[in-house]
Amino acid sequence: MADIRNYTLNFGPQHPAAHGVLRMVLELDGEVVVRADPHIGLLHRATEKLAENKTWVQSVPYMDRLDYVSMMCNEHGYCMAIEKLLGIEVPIRAQYIRVMFDEITRILNHLLWVGTHGLDVGAMTMVLYAFREREDLVDVYEAVSGARMHAAYYRPGGVYRDLPDRMPQYKESKWKSAAEVKSLNDIRSGSLLDFLEDFVTRFPKLLDEYETLLTDNRIWKQRLVDVGIVSPERAMQLGFTGPMLRGSGVAWDLRKKQPYEVYDRLDFDIPVGVTGDSYDRYLVRMEEMRQSNRILRQCIDWLRNDSAKGAGPVISDNHKVAPPPREGMKSNMEELIHHFKLCTEGIHVPEGEAYAAVEHPKGEFGIYAISDGANKPYRLKIRPPGYVHLSAMNEMAKGHMLADVVAIVGTMDIVFGEIDR
Amino acid sequence: MMVNALQELLQGFFGSAFPLVWTLLKIVLIIAPLLLAVAYLTFWERKIIGWMQVRIGPNRVGPWGLIQPIADGVKLLLKEIVIPTGANKGIFLIAPMFAFAPALAAWAVIPFNDTLVLANVNASLLYIMAVTSVGVYGIILSGWSSNSKYAFLGGMRSAAQMISYEIAMGLALVVVLMVSNSLNLGDIVKGQSQGMFAEHGLGFLSWNWLPLLPMFGVYLIATVAETNRAPFDMAEGESEIVGFHVEYSGMAFAVFFLAEYANMILVSTLTAILFLGGWLSPVGFLPDSVFWLFAKISAVLFFFLWIRATFPRYRYDQIMRLGWKVFIPLCLVWLIVVACWMMSPWNIWK
Repeated sequence: MADIRNYTLNFGPQHPAAHGVLRMVLELDGEVVVRADPHIGLLHRATEKLAENKTWVQSVPYMDRLDYVSMMCNEHGYCMAIEKLLGIEVPIRAQYIRVMFDEITRILNHLLWVGTHGLDVGAMTMVLYAFREREDLVDVYEAVSGARMHAAYYRPGGVYRDLPDRMPQYKESKWKSAAEVKSLNDIRSGSLLDFLEDFVTRFPKLLDEYETLLTDNRIWKQRLVDVGIVSPERAMQLGFTGPMLRGSGVAWDLRKKQPYEVYDRLDFDIPVGVTGDSYDRYLVRMEEMRQSNRILRQCIDWLRNDSAKGAGPVISDNHKVAPPPREGMKSNMEELIHHFKLCTEGIHVPEGEAYAAVEHPKGEFGIYAISDGANKPYRLKIRPPGYVHLSAMNEMAKGHMLADVVAIVGTMDIVFGEIDR
Repeated sequence: MMVNALQELLQGFFGSAFPLVWTLLKIVLIIAPLLLAVAYLTFWERKIIGWMQVRIGPNRVGPWGLIQPIADGVKLLLKEIVIPTGANKGIFLIAPMFAFAPALAAWAVIPFNDTLVLANVNASLLYIMAVTSVGVYGIILSGWSSNSKYAFLGGMRSAAQMISYEIAMGLALVVVLMVSNSLNLGDIVKGQSQGMFAEHGLGFLSWNWLPLLPMFGVYLIATVAETNRAPFDMAEGESEIVGFHVEYSGMAFAVFFLAEYANMILVSTLTAILFLGGWLSPVGFLPDSVFWLFAKISAVLFFFLWIRATFPRYRYDQIMRLGWKVFIPLCLVWLIVVACWMMSPWNIWK
């Protein structure tokens, strides 16, 4: 009699639930997963190596393309590492702007996550609702940086420019009637902060809507509860960070534990899970969106007050790092030289090494940079959270069914840009 | 009058072959509008789900996008049917027909009103159960013959699912035929026109759905599972195994698609006939007409689309548990309850 062998299934990279280019070799006993072996490298773009051949600032746009759903947080980690090496202070207004955009990014990321996770589990309507809200937030990205996705807005020493006083307006077209354009432009009639405030007021109600669709839905619960349980001890051993770790009940959040920028001045809570299953991670992320919304409101209020008092600078006044204002450059020899040096050679970062990490929507995003004193990094190491989470795939998926693998990939919130780098 | 004149004309023309021609004509009269309905059901699904998902849905081809299903059909017709290496060519090509044919054949016994039915057979309910069961072969064979692991998993899943839910569905139907005292679909509808409420002009309360409410629920959910529709669409499971028809392309794929929607219309019609009083008018002051049948079918179809836009997908083992551990025991218990009820002095189905 022939041996009964397990069924080996190649899951991805061309698969609707592969979240990009995940390739997994699954060993199945019937529908039960015996072994899940994730393969990586299909989106490898050698970001770390490319950074060695670019000036420090030239690599900022590459950071956007790591985790391409939480762009500004990646930039933040990178800029913080450079600032640490340079030993410079970021102006307080820039810190608030950074925190505000970090939280916008967190909501952007979690919205995309809830949409795709829903889609993986079969609730396909979620993704369209989530994208409706994302639209407003990418509009904010666009207003501040000119790009809806790959913003390249943060700079070592601050941010590229101050918040704009007006939002881009819609124009009437074949596809958008006058009435539609009016309703779209009405909320965009004020400054960026006005628009964002309008969003912040609307958003909790929208979150409630999502929760009515998912949180107490029996099928949703049946698909997520007790799927992919990770104990707190094991989560720490595996190096989990972010919602994956908090879902297991460990209250670890860099924004609280190692506050950077102005997080220590802001009032927000860290949600944690109890059992460490996919459902807890879902709840944690939903609550994180509400907390981000709280932070956003505080940042808006502070920035409003600051603007009323005459807005402070948004980038360091150290002209060895940040370019001088345009007027100064036109009238002043020294500033012209600074500008010339910065635009040809870039920043010279003193010799040394530094690690800086931010609480990225997916976990701890760290940059370890070594400088030999030149105008480009000697070595750059990126610590992506998703890579660590993906490596727990086998442990989390073992013993579950094929359909759960999809739910687990969804709960990990995997983006291949950062895993393959 | 027109019909009689046409009948005589054809009789004179075809002579002894006339009965065959006449039946074929009637078949065409059922199938052609059915296929049109299938095409436009796909369109309405995209439209309705689009509206539920704050989208517009297809609106480019023709006015309001109304030509879209035809454009889709033409596109699929013109595409190559790729047959994978290692696939069993014969079975691979026969499988879609196996899936589609039963969905059409079952229409032979569907009554549209008192007299309008192609074949008024007494065992029509039995016939429908038998014919629709064949549909699962199409799916199993396609999964098997594709020589693809994904398709194979899809075929296995759907075989298990359809067989499990056929039992629950069959038991629900047994209850219906018990209270109707007939296997004839026309008689089942007529049976629903009598009752305490119908005499007071509230016909819709006399239909089977109310006294047999649990069976109505079971039947409705089982039909969703039978037709492999979300949230029971794990045979397709597009985010897990992509479906039993991954390897199909062009018209071979389209036939599976047509079969799915034709089956949806069929089971909606059955729901309307068995539980919602077929062509009967819901209230006394409006006449019975085939319009009511279509309205009820549309309502049930809308329910299918609505839950697809709302619910996540069940997992394989959860579907099995629901079928075997919830529905079948529930049906058995209700079967006995109804049997006792019919024997008791409070029997309402005399």
